[in-house]
Amino acid sequence: MSFLATKRLSKELKDLNDKGCPTGIQLLQSDDLHKWIFELEAYDSIYSDDKLALMFRFSGQYPIDSPAVQFVVGELEGATYKAPVHPHVYSNGHICASILSDGWSPVLNVSAVCLTIQSSMSHEFTQPSLSSHSVLTSCKSKQLPPDNDRYVARAPENPKKTRWEFHDDTV
Amino acid sequence: MSDDSDNYMDAASFEGSDIVEDYQSSNPSEAFSDDDVEIEDNEAFIVNEPVKPKKSKFDVDYKVYDINDIISNQQSETEQVCSIFGLQRQDATILLRHFGWNREKLIERYSEDPERILKQVGLAPGTSASAQSDSRANSPVRLKRVKGFTCEICFTGSEDTSTQTLALACGHRFCSDCWKMHCEEKISGQGESRKIECMQGDCQTVMSEQVISQVVPEYIFQRYQTLANKTYVEDNRRGLRFCPGPDCGNVIECQVRGSDLESLIPIVVCKCGQASCFGCSFSGDHRPALCGVTKLWVKKCEDDSETANWISANTKECPRCHSTIEKNGGCNHMTCRKCRHEWCWICMGDWSAHGTSYYNCNRFEDKSGKDARDGQQKSRVSLERYLHYYNRFSNHEQSARLDQELYAKTERKMDEMQRSTSLTWIEVQFVKKAVETVTKCRMTLKWTYAMAYYLDRNSMTELFEDNQADLEKAVENLSELLEKPLDVETIPELRSQMQNATNYVKSRQNILLEDTLQGHMEDRWSYHITIPSLA
Ligand SMILES: [Zn+2]
Ligand SMILES: [Zn+2]
Ligand SMILES: [Zn+2]
Ligand SMILES: [Zn+2]
Ligand SMILES: [Zn+2]
Ligand SMILES: [Zn+2]
Repeated sequence: MSFLATKRLSKELKDLNDKGCPTGIQLLQSDDLHKWIFELEAYDSIYSDDKLALMFRFSGQYPIDSPAVQFVVGELEGATYKAPVHPHVYSNGHICASILSDGWSPVLNVSAVCLTIQSSMSHEFTQPSLSSHSVLTSCKSKQLPPDNDRYVARAPENPKKTRWEFHDDTV
Repeated sequence: MSDDSDNYMDAASFEGSDIVEDYQSSNPSEAFSDDDVEIEDNEAFIVNEPVKPKKSKFDVDYKVYDINDIISNQQSETEQVCSIFGLQRQDATILLRHFGWNREKLIERYSEDPERILKQVGLAPGTSASAQSDSRANSPVRLKRVKGFTCEICFTGSEDTSTQTLALACGHRFCSDCWKMHCEEKISGQGESRKIECMQGDCQTVMSEQVISQVVPEYIFQRYQTLANKTYVEDNRRGLRFCPGPDCGNVIECQVRGSDLESLIPIVVCKCGQASCFGCSFSGDHRPALCGVTKLWVKKCEDDSETANWISANTKECPRCHSTIEKNGGCNHMTCRKCRHEWCWICMGDWSAHGTSYYNCNRFEDKSGKDARDGQQKSRVSLERYLHYYNRFSNHEQSARLDQELYAKTERKMDEMQRSTSLTWIEVQFVKKAVETVTKCRMTLKWTYAMAYYLDRNSMTELFEDNQADLEKAVENLSELLEKPLDVETIPELRSQMQNATNYVKSRQNILLEDTLQGHMEDRWSYHITIPSLA
């Protein structure tokens, strides 16, 4: 891991611990600096009863390079997590969102990514503010992406290895 | 040595004897000889201009550029745009890259609405394009030490330190280390050179070459320039292409339209010696076969590779005594060591019959006649027919390789002889020349078989096959001479034999190529299959 990545991640972690996470977001794991897990509460949305967790993995090029972010699917610290049934989230937890690839900027951070994904679950949220590209958008009915089965059958382990073509964000 | 060796020395600087020069001057189509290219190459070295080989009516115009030519071409195109619109050089480069080096389109679009175009390419970050371009002109983007600056990306810097920073025209300021990592990731990580943007999310301000050079180490900047040159060649719509030669970075410019390929074969030869086709990107000289024929044949051979695998075997049985015979040279005239039977490696027929008017090793005779009505019989004949041509095609390829292997051994022997006897380096060059000629002619022969496979059976095709048989016979004779043992006593005689044979082979090749290529232009050849258009 580069000096920049270590320094930047330590600083972000310190800020999260000192100032606390944004509302509805809670840090579950960060023992390993490369891999953090957050529990996410999608309050005021059709996902408010779901148990959701986001996993971040960072490369040595972070924050020049975007983090690999996905929903946790499976057991974690005694709880069972599932990916939300959402048009831009595959059942293996992979997320199709431009903020995680083309729309990434090193000025963004972990907290901003958590907030964007949380907002996309909520019906209150209409227009993404951080990027002009399509990002996850709010959603009124629980639906899988149309190509879920095909994608999940052949998906790489790390979502960053997928070349995302952004789905129509009017869904 | 005798006085004729002095003559030879004089002529040798142009790689050939006086006989060769006679033959060349009597022949209008010199482009078929590689000698001209080599000589041009030397000239080009002195005057430092792109190579422009001599041209016959069968050749296309083309230029060979090296990397410095490519760089200066970009510079002069940039200068032109600068002078038309009074732009900064670096901005003109960004505009040209955005428009894929299509100057006409850039000029047209920019004249219509400069502000919109500047914004679109990431050169006008603010509200007023004119104000921004003024500020760009007044203060070029430079690294700047700022006291009390904290970088938003890496958190470097505090109240009482000063940090090296950089901001593009958009004003988004970050530390120079972050800019460096950003550029390195784009250049080395993603191979990007068309456009590297500001790090601020949503800001599309482009980093100019001059700014990039300030933040990255020299070797990364060189890589960036290499990528940019590559992009220039690939984006360019005026017919630029990299030479396919191994480790050759030269670029060839040639204008061919798809419809030209029905009668013309645009073979280009790079300064490095690599021939390639500008019509179909084939890495080699596939004359006299048209691009469409070449494409069909290559595809056919790929599809049928298993059927034809047995042909490339290096050993066969003598057709008379069945003892195993290994081929160790390119020559197809085999003599069995055991029973002294002379036979043809390709058709397994008696060698003595070859070259007479009764026997055609190169022509496919459909022996099944008109009885071949049922499907099984037909498919057997069609396979035999294919194997006939494929056999000869691949045999010339294999023989060329064996000729060269044999030459490698000969060369070592020549080296020894040069050290132990009075022979000079120049005096042993005739073998090299002969091997080169045989190799080239085997390539021509190879492609005549690909072409013949698709030709209709008619009198024109018979004339074509006569030329093919004549060249083949001449090549086999020369190839046979190459297998003769060398010693100091026999060299003078062998040399004159080999030089004569070499010249004869070359003249046969010229006759075949000229007639066949002329035939393409006159639409004289008819095929029993539709030749795909590459337009
Ligand atoms: Zn920084
Ligand atoms: Zn900016
Ligand atoms: Zn080359
Ligand atoms: Zn071609
Ligand atoms: Zn025998
Ligand atoms: Zn034969």
